[in-house]
Amino acid sequence: MRGFIRKLQSILPYLFLIPFLIFALFPFYWMLMTSFKTDQEIYDVSANPFFIKMGITLKHYMFLLTKTGFKVWFRNSLVISILATALSISLSVLAAYSLTRLRFRGSGLLGIGIFITYLIPPTLLFIPLSEVVAFFKLIDSIFALVLTYPTFAIPFSTWLLMGYFSSIPRAIEEAAMVDGATRWQVLTRVVIPVAIPGIITATLFSFTLSWGHMLYGFAFVSSSTQKPLTAGVVVELIRGDVFYWGSLMAGALLGSIPIVACYTILTEFYISGLTKGAVKY
Amino acid sequence: MENEATGVAVITKEERTAYVMILPALAILIILVGYPLFRSFWLSMSNIQVGQKGDFVGFRNFIMLTQSETFRKTLVNSLIYMFTAVSGKLTLGLVLALILEKVTRGRKIFRGIILLPWVVPICLSTLAWLWMFDPLYSVINWTLMKLDILHQGQGIPWLSEPFWARTAIIIVNIWRGLPFFAIILLAGLLSIPKDFTEAAKVDGAGPIGVFWHVTLPLIFPLLGIVVLYSIIMTIADFDIVYVLTRGGPINTTHLFATLAFQEGIASGDISGAAAISLFIFPFLGASAYLQLRIMRRRMEVL
Repeated sequence: MRGFIRKLQSILPYLFLIPFLIFALFPFYWMLMTSFKTDQEIYDVSANPFFIKMGITLKHYMFLLTKTGFKVWFRNSLVISILATALSISLSVLAAYSLTRLRFRGSGLLGIGIFITYLIPPTLLFIPLSEVVAFFKLIDSIFALVLTYPTFAIPFSTWLLMGYFSSIPRAIEEAAMVDGATRWQVLTRVVIPVAIPGIITATLFSFTLSWGHMLYGFAFVSSSTQKPLTAGVVVELIRGDVFYWGSLMAGALLGSIPIVACYTILTEFYISGLTKGAVKY
Repeated sequence: MENEATGVAVITKEERTAYVMILPALAILIILVGYPLFRSFWLSMSNIQVGQKGDFVGFRNFIMLTQSETFRKTLVNSLIYMFTAVSGKLTLGLVLALILEKVTRGRKIFRGIILLPWVVPICLSTLAWLWMFDPLYSVINWTLMKLDILHQGQGIPWLSEPFWARTAIIIVNIWRGLPFFAIILLAGLLSIPKDFTEAAKVDGAGPIGVFWHVTLPLIFPLLGIVVLYSIIMTIADFDIVYVLTRGGPINTTHLFATLAFQEGIASGDISGAAAISLFIFPFLGASAYLQLRIMRRRMEVL
């Protein structure tokens, strides 16, 4: 009897976990199923929707890749996200190093400033920001997004990197300084190599945030050929009341793949980025 | 730094390096965040429309908003949305964190699966929910009918009735944010030294007593940070509402951001839209202030 209770206690958490796993995964399962079903089966009210019974089709993927702007949007998102991330990470490394390691007037205040900027949601800024984008003559260009995505990527990355940098012992820096290295040499040869996990985490978050952002793509870009993937899929694949559910689900799925791929390979970096900022305080 | 011999402020070499390093990031944030923030205050007190110069009109835009039926509905909606979604995410997130804490074998894999909704672009995954809430082919209604919870042919009007449309939006927000709460709170739970909970057990506390008197007080500051962060992100939400309802049916499900988008980008009323967006600002200010206070208190304790 006691053995039975102990066994029950050990599997109980797994039983409670099941509904949460279903809740988390079902929408993805649903995308996958719909994207491979024939139209005939998708729009059959009497069919059991959970499984594919009338055969698998690649028609929706073919439609997506040949009849829509999906490939262009995908390429745009790739270019925008890579450029915005590269810009954000290089500037954030410098800013975070300076804020955590160098003594200068106003550093404490600027640190708090970075934290507050990291909390500002893009939805608060898009109206006046559209004027700034127009001022730089970038309206309706992917470069409007390369310029504006760093507004959320820089504060986040800098805040995250400040945490990583301040956990590096000062002694290894001081040793290098005694040997005659300048601050720049200390940063590039001592601090950055040690902080690589932090930099990878910040890069992943910047890329993920940039790839998934939709609002600025709506607000600053209107031509189909300049749209990022999020805005393209959401606006152009839904036309009025006519839905192309098969290709829409295929688009949502293919559009998520770069992020899911990064996440699957580097899960631990995502987890550490998520928890590091919060648990420390 | 102050030069001690002469009392004159001198910029040291270290300070110069520091300014050079921080300047590029600072310049971008000042031009693209700081300036737009001040500009939105000015816009909200002007009558600027797209492509036209305007004049200062004081608080007229805000007074007009309080008289607008749609805006009043949006204000109430945003508050209901924030309270229900954040408390849903907090409660379920805490339950899930406590479950995951007990899961030892395969914890990494389960944690990875649980976090997936938070990683995938929300506008794309909301498309799957849009399809799951379809008036005719809703898989949720299909299942509820099969289980005889709903009568045949009487599916829930998910996105066509205001109450159900709001419910649908809240469900998707909870789906998206629950993993964020759970994973952070799990890290908080795992950081509690085992001695603390063991000592309470030795003193005769039951599992609920241990949770209430030991665990909860220890993770309370973390709970505070996560809730405050989530309040801003929830009240400023755009993607879920835009994809599911675009604010409909008849402007009953708008949040500040979707209404501002409709007025500003779609209809060209820049100043009115800026005034609507600015309603997010008090939540941002209060949340940032309280988060900084929690952090400062923690630093003093450590």
